[in-house]
Amino acid sequence: MSHSSSPSAAHSTTSHGSVKSYVTGLLLSLVLTVIPFAVVMGGAFSTGMTVVVIAVTAVLQILVQLVMFMHMNTKADEGWNVMSFVFTLTILVLVVGGSLWIMQHLHLNMMIG
Amino acid sequence: MATDTLHHGATSEPHEHHDTTGTKLFGFWVYLMSDLVIFGSLFATYAVLMKGTAAGPTAADIFELPFVLVETFLLLFSSFTFGMGVLAMNAERLGQVKAWLGITFLLGAAFVGMEVYEFQHLIHQGYGPDQSAFLSSFFTLVGTHGLHVTVGLVWILLMLVQLSTKGITPMTRPRILCLSLFWHFLDIVWICVFSFVYLMGVL
Repeated sequence: MSHSSSPSAAHSTTSHGSVKSYVTGLLLSLVLTVIPFAVVMGGAFSTGMTVVVIAVTAVLQILVQLVMFMHMNTKADEGWNVMSFVFTLTILVLVVGGSLWIMQHLHLNMMIG
Repeated sequence: MATDTLHHGATSEPHEHHDTTGTKLFGFWVYLMSDLVIFGSLFATYAVLMKGTAAGPTAADIFELPFVLVETFLLLFSSFTFGMGVLAMNAERLGQVKAWLGITFLLGAAFVGMEVYEFQHLIHQGYGPDQSAFLSSFFTLVGTHGLHVTVGLVWILLMLVQLSTKGITPMTRPRILCLSLFWHFLDIVWICVFSFVYLMGVL
């Protein structure tokens, strides 16, 4: 039994899933992949509505995989993995949002297209 | 205090790997976050340049969604099979770990193969990265992701070799766990690629 002390110590810091959680994650991901592809290839919705469906299913699928595949939670490492993720998201919002905002303005001012 | 330190130093050696796995995983997690910023910059670049088609083809002209859907399924299933491999490792089943990693490698290799075919097909049609700002940013973004997957494939091969020679040890265990984080991370980046590049591209 002393042999298993090392793995179980690793478990306590990085909680791992079960077959059930991985299968659930896979099924949810499959559904959240098929929905946006079906909406775009079917072309039944308006463009604005389609964009919303794509964005929402993408965010949901990312959350499903973060939680069920990567086991991101607030318990491990005293929540530092979530903290660093939130910090990274902030940087991403600044970089992506800021770039689009500024370039949109330049684009309008220069009357291209 | 002095005896405490001494005592700690004496006992920590045999249990050196006792609690470093969590630290290694968190360190790798921080690397993944910085990698996410790289991909974020490339997504921002693509978003800014995607309308700059320079009279060349637009996204709607060149993207084939059924092809992308198959690529997506390959990467999604490979993420799942790697998860199964980690579960097998937790259960100390070396043979199963190697089998799941092997399946993951094949799925990942099929994904990279499809992407190389797509790129080659586009370049052959005259839609190479030198044609327009849109194509430059598209090849850079999707190519960087493909390069990451290729590095992941090499890493899987290395781990298969180490599992064969060393087995599941306190040394190989955190490496497999870091690789699993890397692999799932690449699947998450691909969600953004197929959603914001391919699906929104053809609208």
